[in-house]
This record gives sequence, structure tokens and C-alpha cells, in this order.
Amino acid sequence: MHNFNYTQVQTRSDAIAIADREPESKFIAGGTNLIDLMKYNITRTDMLVDINRIEDCHTIQETDEGGLSLGALVSNAATAYHPLTEQRYPLLSKAILAGASAQIRNMATNGGNLLQRTRCYYFYDANTPCNKREPGSGCSAIGGYNRIMAILGTSDACIAVYPSDMSVALAALDARVHVSGPEGARTIPFLDFHRLPGNTPHIDNCLAANELITSIELPANGFSNHYSYLKLRDRNSYAFALVSVATGLELEGGVIKNARIALGGVAHKPWRVLEAEDFLQNKEPVSENFLYAAEIMLKGARTFQFNAFKVELTKRAIVRNCIMALNPESQLPGAHPSA
Amino acid sequence: MLTDHPSSVQSGPAFRQQPVSLTINKKKYELNVLPWVSLLDALREHLDLTGTKKGCDHGQCGACTLICNGERILSCLTLAVMKNGSDVTTIEGIASDGELHPLQKAFIEHDAFQCGYCTPGQICSAIGMYQEGKAQTRAEVKELMSGNLCRCGANTNIIDAIMEVKEQMSHA
Repeated sequence: MHNFNYTQVQTRSDAIAIADREPESKFIAGGTNLIDLMKYNITRTDMLVDINRIEDCHTIQETDEGGLSLGALVSNAATAYHPLTEQRYPLLSKAILAGASAQIRNMATNGGNLLQRTRCYYFYDANTPCNKREPGSGCSAIGGYNRIMAILGTSDACIAVYPSDMSVALAALDARVHVSGPEGARTIPFLDFHRLPGNTPHIDNCLAANELITSIELPANGFSNHYSYLKLRDRNSYAFALVSVATGLELEGGVIKNARIALGGVAHKPWRVLEAEDFLQNKEPVSENFLYAAEIMLKGARTFQFNAFKVELTKRAIVRNCIMALNPESQLPGAHPSA
Repeated sequence: MLTDHPSSVQSGPAFRQQPVSLTINKKKYELNVLPWVSLLDALREHLDLTGTKKGCDHGQCGACTLICNGERILSCLTLAVMKNGSDVTTIEGIASDGELHPLQKAFIEHDAFQCGYCTPGQICSAIGMYQEGKAQTRAEVKELMSGNLCRCGANTNIIDAIMEVKEQMSHA
């Protein structure tokens, strides 16, 4: 591992000030992705700034608008099992618990989950070109083994997917990300937080230099009556999604009043298509309508040699998950398809 | 490859060793480590506590699982300096007064290992899982133990052993 110095801070302002002063610094919280990337020498730093002791990012609390604020330093496990999350945002609980392993969820923080980087094989393999790891070097995935890669929102520079499960639910729930930085504090709508690769795939999200995530805010509506998270992957557990779907539905008088569908494993960010959700409004919650919404969501999909199967898989996963959302009790541990 | 071991890296004057105080298996330890030394390497290379195993060293296998401040974590993805002041339990601290922990006995009874390399992590992970109290059914136990791989393929017996002790605990 590239050698570095280490310092621990007690406040956000100290964290930001040190990061501003040290050009090659990185913040560390859970470290489950960052330390791994440092072991592979994909991420290098001269100064690691440990933010775990910052006090005001460790709580989960209700907001004035009836929503929930998730401290950036609360662990993924503590967030998923928090009574307010379980009762009011079960979609988020399910998505978090579908990701990683119990040990990693104990370590990983909410802020860090949003900032985890792609698991594209070529990004991790320093012997191959990768525009995300080394801008301008080329993309090995486009002409390589691209089974796990994106089918939506890709560019000629990068077809990597963003791996977080938690973020798929946060996208469906219209969360907001609160950040602090050298220029002050700001709030970023979840769908604007992560970005598409375009010509700058080395930039995963819209955080400015030395900005810190301080909390994630959930609006009041948690879609807690009709929700489901479905994750399809090559192993039963502890694997990244080939395709995942988060669905939240509000039903009234036998029709859909409000629908949210977000996809994971198919793009460089959680994928939502508002046109598909609008289509479902005032429609019956039946497979035909969900399939039509799925067709809208997959419009413009571009496939590569080994991942064309993902288009049909994603459509079926959307339909299946929307049906599962009608009866959340039927869902199995691990976000597997239920009968 | 011990790139993170202090003796095998260039540690110029720019890099400062940091004092780390840990309580491990109820015993106090004081050590000085460079910032990039993992908790796993601190245990194995600095303190001769080699019960915790290094498998993949990338958070994929769970062999390095231990209990830190009451939670099961991966010691390979944890820097020792970040755990200053922590309370750690490793496989060496699971038995008490020479008496094996019920789960250790159950692993023997159920033949829950072949090579034994994943066993310390499996046992620490399962004890952490019991403490979390979130797994009731066998399916839930399997899901919440998925971070510990056994490449000998003893998983069925491992889950049998874990389930047996879980049931003993619920009747205790």
C-alpha cells in the first residue's frame, strides 16, 4: 500500500480544513471500499483523515417535515435495523440488507455507501486500460468481458455500473443528500448526486473537492404499505447485483396513485424514468401495466457482447418486483424473488 | 505479500508510528504501528495472535472476522490506528477457563470444518450474529452468515452447528 499519514478529527470544520490544506488527502469512515482500493493501489493518498469521531453525524432522527434524517456516520446495519427505518422505510431496510455481508454492513457508513466505487473488473485491474481509473487510457470493458456492465446511460468512455443497493432505494424514495464543504453547506436531490460517465467517467458524483456528506434526508412518504426490493445476482447472497429493482406503490380504490421504480446494476447511477412512473398513475396494478412501464424504462438500452441478457432480465425483474410490492409480507430474506 | 508490514516498507521520517491501545480478550495491549497496518496484521504480526486468519485480505472471505466493540467486523479492512481504545474479541478469547464455547463444541460434533482455515472467522461471526438477534430461521441464519466462505464446502454442517447452539440459547 502507498504510505500515508493519518489524523483523526473531532469536527466537520476540522475535517474540511485539513483536507483543504493537504492536497492528496482522503476522508475515511468505515473504510470497507477505500482500504480495499488502497490495497490495490487504485486510490492513493498521502493523508488519511479519520472522520469517525465527528459527533453530529451519528444519529437517526425525525425531521420537521415528518421525514427521517440518517447521519452520514451511522452504520448501514444500524440504519437498516433502526425501528423508524424498519417501520416507515422498509424498502430502505430491505435494500441495505441485500448488500454486502453482515460484517461489512456493521462497518460501512451511510455516507460511504453512496461513495463506493464501481466493481468493474477492469477498474480493479491496474494492468488494463480504464478511463475511470486513468482518464484517457481507454475502456477495456466495451470490447472485453462485459457481462456485469451497464445497459443504460453508458458512453463510449465507460460502461461501468454503480454497485450500491442502498442507493437504489434512496433514489426511489427521493432522498436528499446534505453535504458540507469549504464553500459551506448544500443539499443535493438524490437523482442529481451520482452522474453518468460521459467523457469524464473518473468523476462518480457531484461532490466538490473536500465536501463531506453529513446526512441523508428521507421525505415523509416511505411507501411502507406496498414496497419491494428484488436483487438478482450470480450467488444467493454476498454478491453485487446483475439487476436490482426498488419499487414503492401507493394504491387507492384498486388503482395505482403513485409509483416509484428505481433500478440498480444497469447504469452508472441508480436509474429512474419518471415517464414510466407517470404511466402507472391511475392504472390497475397488473403485470400488463408493469410490463409497459418496464418497456418505457428500458428504452434506449444499449447492450454489449456479453450483457444483452440484462435487458429482458431487467424487464422481468421490474414486473416481478412490482407484483411483489403488492404483498410485502411474501418477501424472502436476502431480496430474492418470492413465489 | 506483507506490503503493510512495518519491516517490509520504506518508513521514512515523514511517516509516524502511532500509539494504539487495545483490549484484546480482556487483556490490555499497547503497541506502535504505522498508519497502514491493518488490525489483522497488528494481531498476527505484532502481537502473535495468529488465531484470526488472513484469507483474501480484501473483505471477500470473512476469515479475518472478529468482534470489535460488540460487533463482528472484518479486521483486514480495518486499520489498527482507527481502533485505538477498542475492545476486541478474537477466536483466542472465545473459550473460557479452558472450557470450549458451546459453538466450538458444536463445530466438533457436527464436523463443521475440514481444513479449519475459515473456522475462527465462522465462529466469531456466528457469535456476533447471536448478539445481533436478527436471525431466527435457518434461511435467515444462512443469509446473515453469507460473509463467511468455506471453500471446503462444510457450509451445511457449519449452519447445523450454529442452529443447534442458537436453539440451546433460546431454551436457556
